[in-house]
Amino acid sequence: MHGTDNNDARPQTPLGLAKRGFSGIIHHLAAEDAGSALSAIELESRLIELGFVEGAKVEVMHEGIVGRDPIAIRVENVTIAVRRREAMAIIVG
Amino acid sequence: MHLALVGTPNSGKTSLFNALTGSRQKVANYPGVTVERKEGSFVTPLGRQVSVVDLPGTYSLRGRSPDEEITRDIVLGRATGEALPDLVLCVADSTNLRLTIRLALELKRTGRPLMLVLNMFDIATRRGVSVDVAQLSEALGIPVVTSVAVRKGGTADLLRRTDEIAAQAASIPLRQNLWQPLTVAELRATQREADRIIAATIGLPSRPDTWTARIDAVVLHPVAGLALLALILFVMFQAVFAWAQPLMELLSDSFTALGQLVHDTLPAGLLQSFLQNGVISGVGTVIVFLPQIIIIFLFILMLEDFGYMARAAFLMDRVMGGAGLHGRAFIPLLSSFACAIPGIMATRVIDNRRDRLTTILIAPLMTCSARIPVYTLIISAFIPDQQVWGWVNLRGLVMFGLYAAGIASALGVSFLIKFFMWRDYAPAPFMLELPDYKMPRARSILIGVYTRAKMFLQRAGTTIFSMMVLIWFLASFPLAPAGAQDPAINYSFAAMIGKTLEPLLAPLGFNWQIAVALIPGMAAREVAVAALGTVYAIEGGKEAAEQIGQMLAAKWSLATALSLLVWYIFAPQCASTLAVIRRETGSWKWMAITFGYMFALGYAASLATYNIARALGAG
Repeated sequence: MHGTDNNDARPQTPLGLAKRGFSGIIHHLAAEDAGSALSAIELESRLIELGFVEGAKVEVMHEGIVGRDPIAIRVENVTIAVRRREAMAIIVG
Repeated sequence: MHLALVGTPNSGKTSLFNALTGSRQKVANYPGVTVERKEGSFVTPLGRQVSVVDLPGTYSLRGRSPDEEITRDIVLGRATGEALPDLVLCVADSTNLRLTIRLALELKRTGRPLMLVLNMFDIATRRGVSVDVAQLSEALGIPVVTSVAVRKGGTADLLRRTDEIAAQAASIPLRQNLWQPLTVAELRATQREADRIIAATIGLPSRPDTWTARIDAVVLHPVAGLALLALILFVMFQAVFAWAQPLMELLSDSFTALGQLVHDTLPAGLLQSFLQNGVISGVGTVIVFLPQIIIIFLFILMLEDFGYMARAAFLMDRVMGGAGLHGRAFIPLLSSFACAIPGIMATRVIDNRRDRLTTILIAPLMTCSARIPVYTLIISAFIPDQQVWGWVNLRGLVMFGLYAAGIASALGVSFLIKFFMWRDYAPAPFMLELPDYKMPRARSILIGVYTRAKMFLQRAGTTIFSMMVLIWFLASFPLAPAGAQDPAINYSFAAMIGKTLEPLLAPLGFNWQIAVALIPGMAAREVAVAALGTVYAIEGGKEAAEQIGQMLAAKWSLATALSLLVWYIFAPQCASTLAVIRRETGSWKWMAITFGYMFALGYAASLATYNIARALGAG
């Protein structure tokens, strides 16, 4: 419903697995699949409150030093740092 | 009239608060929690008295942390003892409106009179962002005003509209509070609505900011970024030691001179002793902390305003996380190497209450500069000046070992605290906004530093001073009987307490003189040097350190000396730090816990050290 035609062809990947420089549009949120300490509803709420909604443009700008974690994601015009574990809930298409 | 400032972190709320209230601010804690309460006052152009509260930054009214619960409760009028705001100002970063407009839509549901303030409007204009303010106001259904908090006169529109709204207040019907915590679906819908409104009223920047990305390419680079962080921390450290030190010495000498003046002017006796050693010494102790506090907060506020603090937290997150610490704990803990007091005050940068508490509890374990005179005294008296392994100086090695023990114990205790006390507590996940870099503004920073310094003097200062007077009292009364041979302190309450404690401290290898010296030694760690001098009847205070050292080398066993060294790594020998913990946490409980666990740790470690040293033949 939200992806444009040429995005349907791209495989959906969780942002938690993305490398630096990756960009795309959020397809949906899958908070239950993320191995976070937060409950699924809580994680999903927090992600939406930071602007991670379906249809938002995201780009992975920077990676942390230890284990390439956490990552800094540009979502529309805000940059948010999250750990890859929580970023697994953001599915980009 | 009561105003409340609400907004996301990084919306420039604090600058706006500073611009409105100037130095007429009061900072305290909300009752029972380590959440900062900032209130100020100002007068509008029409002469209206307004009190304004700067509420903790939040992305939603949901209340996911004690800070955000305060914001929610005050806006809804649920907070006991807090006035219901007559007007809520939702402050936004004009270059970054998505999340704030969503918050504004949520705030509308509470029924409180609301106004959207597009702050940092100059930056938006510079980037070529076109905002149709009238249309935005209509779409949102609330008044919208622009402001440039950092520029003189930049709040004029805001003040004018506030007067207008206040004048109409009586005629506006009271709207009901319809707010409930939003479900996930409602959150989505609200964000979509916000995005729709933005698309209709706000244009994209024609000259978008590229500096932030360029600077971050260096700042967040694995090698360059860490090097830069190390450099910044090194400069900060140096600043405290190199710049604060001469100032502190100047202040300390001035107070000593003042005390000497009293000594020379007044006849010997109670009043002279009270003024010189109680009052002047007590006030002096408090004031001497000011240079360090000012310098550390200058750095912290500059880095925060610039936007660097979030990057530092990003870089240190994995490293600190291993010990159960928050990335933002790095700077407060580093400041504690100079002195735990500004370090503990600096934990305000940590939003999460439990992370802040943990950091406060372990800050005293970081080897502070006051321990150095004690370490130096004992090391030079007891550790031979020789090389080990060919090139390493034994004394330097021992000093390094003491530092390492302090750090290791801090990390260990942090881990234990998290494990035992808050095991069921889901740690706040690391989700942090990295704001665009901004030039820090001098006025706002100076107001911030001034406010912190004032806070320290008023709150911690009074407690520290009372403790100094108490300690003076214990060490001076009862007076020595006429014709007494021993130093006067041997007849005081301090001596009585010391001798009572002696059986308790004997297993650590401490004799009664050490026990007595530890009482005035509670005033500050470095006081132990002069206190030992006093007990062993050596005049000259800490300047006579070498003499004291030689005397101790003759009288103590190596095991006792090592035991005292280890005691000083852990034991809570600083009443000032305890006083600040009491003030910053808002309760006696955490101060008592800190005292308790440090005492237990010191006791156990000294006990082990003494007995192992004796077993190895050093007794």
